[in-house]
Amino acid sequence: MRIGSAKESYIADEALFATRTQWVWFALLLASLVLFPFVSNLYWLYLACLVSINVISATGLNILTGFTGQVSLGHAAFMGVGAYTVAWLDNNAQTPFYLNLLAAAGVTTAVGLVAGLPSLRVKGLYLAIATIAASFILQFVFINWESVTRGTRGINIEPPEIMGIVLDNPDTFYWMVVPIMVVMVLLAANLFRTRVGRAFIAIRDRDISASVLGISLPAYKLMSFAIASFYAGIAGGLYAYFMGSINPESFPLLMSIFFLAAIIVGGMGTILGGILGAIFMTLTPEVLRYGVDLASPFIDEPGAVLSPVRTIVFGALIVGFLLFEPHGLAEIWRRIRRFFHLWPFRT
Amino acid sequence: MDWLFFIEVSLAGIGAGSLYALTAIAFVLIYKATRVINLAIGEMLMVGAYLFFALGAGWSLSWWLAIPMALVGGGLLGMLLERGVIRPMLGENPISVFMVTIGLGSILVGTVELIWTSAPRSLPGFMPDEAIFIGEAFIAPNTFWGFVIAAVVIALFLLLFRFWRGGVALRATASDQGAAWAMGINVPAVYSLAWGLAGMIAAGSGILLGAMSGVSPEMAMFGLTVLVVVIVGGLDSVFGALLAGLLIGWMESVVGVYLGGEYEHLVTFILLMLVLLVRPWGLFGSHEIERL
Amino acid sequence: MSVLELEGISLGFGGVQALSGVDLAVEEGTITAVIGPNGAGKTSLFNVISGFYRPQQGRVLLEGRNLTRLRPPRRASLGLGRTFQNIALFRGMTVLDNVKLGAHVRMRTGVFSAMWYLGAARREEARVREEIEREVFDFLEIDHIRRHPVAALPYGLQKRVELARALAMRPKILMLDEPVAGMNREEKEDMARFILDVKEEWGITVLMVEHDMGMVMDISDRVHVLNFGQVIASGEPAVVQKNPGVIQAYLGSGDVNSLRERLMGESA
Repeated sequence: MRIGSAKESYIADEALFATRTQWVWFALLLASLVLFPFVSNLYWLYLACLVSINVISATGLNILTGFTGQVSLGHAAFMGVGAYTVAWLDNNAQTPFYLNLLAAAGVTTAVGLVAGLPSLRVKGLYLAIATIAASFILQFVFINWESVTRGTRGINIEPPEIMGIVLDNPDTFYWMVVPIMVVMVLLAANLFRTRVGRAFIAIRDRDISASVLGISLPAYKLMSFAIASFYAGIAGGLYAYFMGSINPESFPLLMSIFFLAAIIVGGMGTILGGILGAIFMTLTPEVLRYGVDLASPFIDEPGAVLSPVRTIVFGALIVGFLLFEPHGLAEIWRRIRRFFHLWPFRT
Repeated sequence: MDWLFFIEVSLAGIGAGSLYALTAIAFVLIYKATRVINLAIGEMLMVGAYLFFALGAGWSLSWWLAIPMALVGGGLLGMLLERGVIRPMLGENPISVFMVTIGLGSILVGTVELIWTSAPRSLPGFMPDEAIFIGEAFIAPNTFWGFVIAAVVIALFLLLFRFWRGGVALRATASDQGAAWAMGINVPAVYSLAWGLAGMIAAGSGILLGAMSGVSPEMAMFGLTVLVVVIVGGLDSVFGALLAGLLIGWMESVVGVYLGGEYEHLVTFILLMLVLLVRPWGLFGSHEIERL
Repeated sequence: MSVLELEGISLGFGGVQALSGVDLAVEEGTITAVIGPNGAGKTSLFNVISGFYRPQQGRVLLEGRNLTRLRPPRRASLGLGRTFQNIALFRGMTVLDNVKLGAHVRMRTGVFSAMWYLGAARREEARVREEIEREVFDFLEIDHIRRHPVAALPYGLQKRVELARALAMRPKILMLDEPVAGMNREEKEDMARFILDVKEEWGITVLMVEHDMGMVMDISDRVHVLNFGQVIASGEPAVVQKNPGVIQAYLGSGDVNSLRERLMGESA
């Protein structure tokens, strides 16, 4: 059971991890991220890299949709912009990978700002629909701007290289992507300790009050779009390096829905929610594959069953969480913690 | 310029547009009665087409038996979705409800793929297949009869909406739910009715669409264009849905032929973007829906 | 000297004239009340001052500066604070975060320093936090609920948090839209005391719309009476109270009983 915690200064009270226990947990988490590669195999490392990329992307979307209340169904297309930026630079310039990644983030941010312009005019569902339109327009560009994207043939990307080490394998890639993910998540968490993050939440909760407190709605909405696109750009760039090749089919509308589903399942408007949702939604298809493998002696064509089952479970998760756990996994996690804090006195 | 060819392309476009218009009516019906933006409309349409496929091709029923059964199936599906998933979400944030319909769509597509795989199928023919000429312009028989049927169904629906008791209840509920309750209208029944009718209409469009261009899970994407149609026409305007449906069908056909197929959707979505920026409530929608 | 001046404000919606030719000045260091029967245009007036409605005619001046064409956030940063009739707190946030949002315009942290949360950003957060604790929480006696989500608080406390949020702005003029509506007697007395202290200790000018005539008469320095969108009387409370035009206005609105209760009962 935990009782109170006394703080000496307001700085201490404003800290990201306010108690010793929280610090210990964070340190343990980092330690396990460091140890993970030594106790797992390539398959799990591959998944860990994919999860990390998805965590970055989902966190970005969470800033925009979960915290600022601006629903976007174009997030995957923005990742595509980042991925194509990396791919083009990789094929046409001899720049190091970290510059390519930053350029991807920069270009995506610019595109995101333009795609965010409708948010100044329309809200809610109309904005969501406008982002679907933006997503299709970007898709068109990916297919038809052949001189840059090579159209439907797709484009290959050489693996990144740091200090002579080629990151062409999940077990090397892991050491690049996980630190980036940790930093990106911490940056996002910091944002919501300051006036900028609070302004985002204010716009989501009650935009009229926000404006009488001096928060400029257009400026902050665009800022939120810019940050979300920045995250999408980094995630997309990493995705391009990780996959080694991309084509216009790599970033369909369904992938945007995937990220929206991830933050719904994880919990909108909490940093933890973006993380949990991305992990959960990335691993679920794998779990289903195990399930179908186990059931394969009993069904006719296991190969043909897996994809539809994934689609059904994907939809059922969205519906189920919205109906029964609208605050997502993060809220379930909070309930569990609360149980142990009060244990054994109240349950 | 070859005017005859242009007219033929336009007629084909308007034929396709009549299906947009028909499906858009189902969409608007749901929106007006329950204020739900139903993104699963494309999937409902697809399920209708597959039901007809199963009954007509699988069980080899003749079309005049299989079609009504598929329509009833579509209607039941609509009512089931409303009762099971949409009604518990009433009063929730519209965005959540919108997301729920996306999830429903995914479930429906997965189910269809599980039962019939994702391979494209063709429907048993039920329309006359002699070539049709209007003046000198040729029009594909499926497109022509599809248009005729869609037009008849739309006309029937409009009459129903205006004169039938249930239609009056629907309109009353659409304009003011509270008042409708107070007048003794059974509002939950109206919700079921709206979703049931919309499910039937969507199934009907699915059968017509399947007859024109085959059946596959890809059909669900049709719903996205329908979404554009209703936004352009105005979410709560039946007339707007009809006009925008024909307009967008025609536009896609002309653009597809003269600029290339890849531009079809681009032009549609640019039109959507423009409407959202300039006139978010659509060409014929009422002003207040902007505030969603 | 007037902090806030309204000159010939006229506002109409379609055929309805909500305000016609309203002139009104708020003297520095006073509590000024705007009263009037329901539908007299009080809230419209507030919304014109905040910048949600743009009047067809007239000007809004804050310390001589013309605000008429500025958007609400800009007006806030120039020192215009307000609360709402039906509480407009951010329901998902804690009391502390709500109040910190009040200090938004006084802070400078940008996105980049926010995300790294080093140096300047950290110091600014700590400074504002310290100020809020020392000045606002202490004053309004809400330090014990700083970590509570506002949605779970009782109504009276929510009203107080909204006042705290507006005070954290350190506005030049504080506009209160029905600060004691729906409160019980004890809560009303607390709120009246806080408003008086805002004037006297903080030196902030207060402009309020209020229906509770007892409170208006007790704490206001000046009262303006609005009816059918026009100012029909202005002056000290005791004088306005006896103005036959004012009594007529309440009679004309059919609000006779509430008039009697408000003018005689509670202030007696």
